[in-house]
Amino acid sequence: MFTELNSILNITPDNFKQGEFVLISDRHTDGSFLIHHFLSFYLRARCKVCFLGLVQSFSHYCAVSQRLGVSLVQAKEKGQLIFLEGLKESLSVLIPKEPNTGSQALDFLRDPSAGLRSLYEFVRASVSHTGGVEGVEGVEGGVEEWGPPVLLVDDLSVLLSLGVSVGAALDFSHYCRATVCSQLQGSMVMLVRCEAEEEEDDGDEEGPERLLKGLTHQCSLTLQVQGLPTGYCRDIHGQVEVCWRNRHGNGQQMQKKLFQYKVHDKSASFFARGTSSAVL
Amino acid sequence: MAAPMKSVGSKLSVERPAFTTTSFQKKTRSKLVSIPGTRPSVQNGQLIVSTGVTSLDYLLGGGLAVGTLLLIEEDRYDSYSRMILKYFLAEGVVCRHELFVAAVQESPDDILQELPAPILDDIAIHKPVEQHGLPCGPQDSLDSMKIAWRYQNLPKVQSALASSSRFGHYYDVSKTMEPEIRQAANCHRFYFPEHPTQSSPTQSPMLESYSALLKSLQEVIHKGGFDGAAPMTKSRNILRIGLHSLGSALWGDDLCCRDNPRHSHALTTFLYGLRALLRSSLSVAVVTLPSHLIQNRALMGSITRLCDNAISLESFKGSERETNPLYKDYHGLLHVRQVPHLNCLVSELPDRKDLAFKLKRKQFSIERLHLPPDLSETVSRVSRGELAGAAMPGSACGSSTSGNKHLDF
Repeated sequence: MFTELNSILNITPDNFKQGEFVLISDRHTDGSFLIHHFLSFYLRARCKVCFLGLVQSFSHYCAVSQRLGVSLVQAKEKGQLIFLEGLKESLSVLIPKEPNTGSQALDFLRDPSAGLRSLYEFVRASVSHTGGVEGVEGVEGGVEEWGPPVLLVDDLSVLLSLGVSVGAALDFSHYCRATVCSQLQGSMVMLVRCEAEEEEDDGDEEGPERLLKGLTHQCSLTLQVQGLPTGYCRDIHGQVEVCWRNRHGNGQQMQKKLFQYKVHDKSASFFARGTSSAVL
Repeated sequence: MAAPMKSVGSKLSVERPAFTTTSFQKKTRSKLVSIPGTRPSVQNGQLIVSTGVTSLDYLLGGGLAVGTLLLIEEDRYDSYSRMILKYFLAEGVVCRHELFVAAVQESPDDILQELPAPILDDIAIHKPVEQHGLPCGPQDSLDSMKIAWRYQNLPKVQSALASSSRFGHYYDVSKTMEPEIRQAANCHRFYFPEHPTQSSPTQSPMLESYSALLKSLQEVIHKGGFDGAAPMTKSRNILRIGLHSLGSALWGDDLCCRDNPRHSHALTTFLYGLRALLRSSLSVAVVTLPSHLIQNRALMGSITRLCDNAISLESFKGSERETNPLYKDYHGLLHVRQVPHLNCLVSELPDRKDLAFKLKRKQFSIERLHLPPDLSETVSRVSRGELAGAAMPGSACGSSTSGNKHLDF
């Protein structure tokens, strides 16, 4: 959890808006540090978290969260965290041995044209249990209650690499938003990684760019991580554009802020443009 | 395995006897790592292996982390990328790791026969390395400077990338490895044209060639005990996987031939499966890919995303840069496309991204790109501009020089 980012977004683990759909996108650089931020944030906020880790192993997320002061293993044991390890599950589908061994969640790997229904079913099953039913015995023997559900997806765009169409991925996110954000008043965070070059002549645009446009239309807050336009720098890792959309407010109100950032070993610092300690 | 070693290390140092006189203790990490040819990374405690190229190790932050994948985008003639692959395999032979080589263009044995010869004598190798360290430093005969003596105490410029401690071995690319050493290595070969094909009934998006490769990789990993399932009592080893020219047409992939390939998800799905295998086992892979043939840049981007490290080689061979005097010291440029983020928030970034490589008589090395000093007597800004402009085609050359002359007063 990066406290500087919390103050930018004006949220704390005790007080945050519900029903939000946060979209993280990155270009030219790696934006996954924000996923780690939100993972540790919502775990500290005592939310029930469903994490679809499609691009890294559980031990990776575990090691990073340890540095951020949250134990994923404990959270998993307590029933607070439900973790889908895409890499591990995919092997049984990609290299089939005996039929029907793997989990159903990654059925789209068998036949990508079938869509992401099974993955959505997994999400719905894991978030829709109320804390009282799902929660296991706490330390005192009581049952732990968890707050509103949160869905985190590390890299929705990897689904496109696995053959899923953009339309199916957008359907998936729409269904998830309807269930998690609207019905259960929870939150949702998704990461989409785009290509390095932004294509100007998009006649028949496919792939992550189209996915990003579709998700930007759905979400309530976007964090766009980009490399520096002037090129690579050792002391500033890139810039992040924070953009709030007020759907229910008065009209087309939109607020934008631009920060530069640097990721450290256990945190990240955000600062206004040109005020890095390297230049001042 | 892709797990940090730090916590275990601190536990060990606690268990040490209490009667030592000083509180300062050397952390005994060497106890943990019993696999030859590996060591924990200085930055994040990750278990790493050497690629065989010292300067490449430095560039990757010490070496390749076990459980990760290095993508090399081939240069146009596949001469230098193939060389790095051979270095990687040769290092595996010397460290007694197991090898897995897959190829389609020629038999994996052809690649294995060309492995560079290791220089195993420590004293013999030290000299050439020191010489290459200071390519632009003063000559030995000029021990004391006659003029400009103030510069004598300045630190010498070191353009070749090198770390302070040595990791990995040195190789002589002018000779090939002796067959006895080579045959001692336990090597698995995957030659797709000779591989028995079985038609798979599933509607998987992967191609037959890729799923056969993935399957045989999994078998090797399982039989060799490289996955976590093997009992801990058995001595552990590393599996080095070298996949040559993945995505080329001979794999049955039309990635390189069309703008909108039919099997556009075949390679990315394979890489996803490969990543899953690597992350759950003690193995490390190097993949070369003819990226200059792939027209679809979006596809190339998603391929890069599924690898951990990605570098691309741009050889000067056959391009007009070959004759450009600015690049006369080098054989090509090296671009770092991606650095790994594994088990840490921030990864060690290279301090500069302008890198070039060259192949000396016996050694391949990566250096920071710098322009040669202009030593001619009539040197001036104008002549530098002409020098750079001379490599351009006719009309551009004329305009650039005339533009410079206009500024000259």
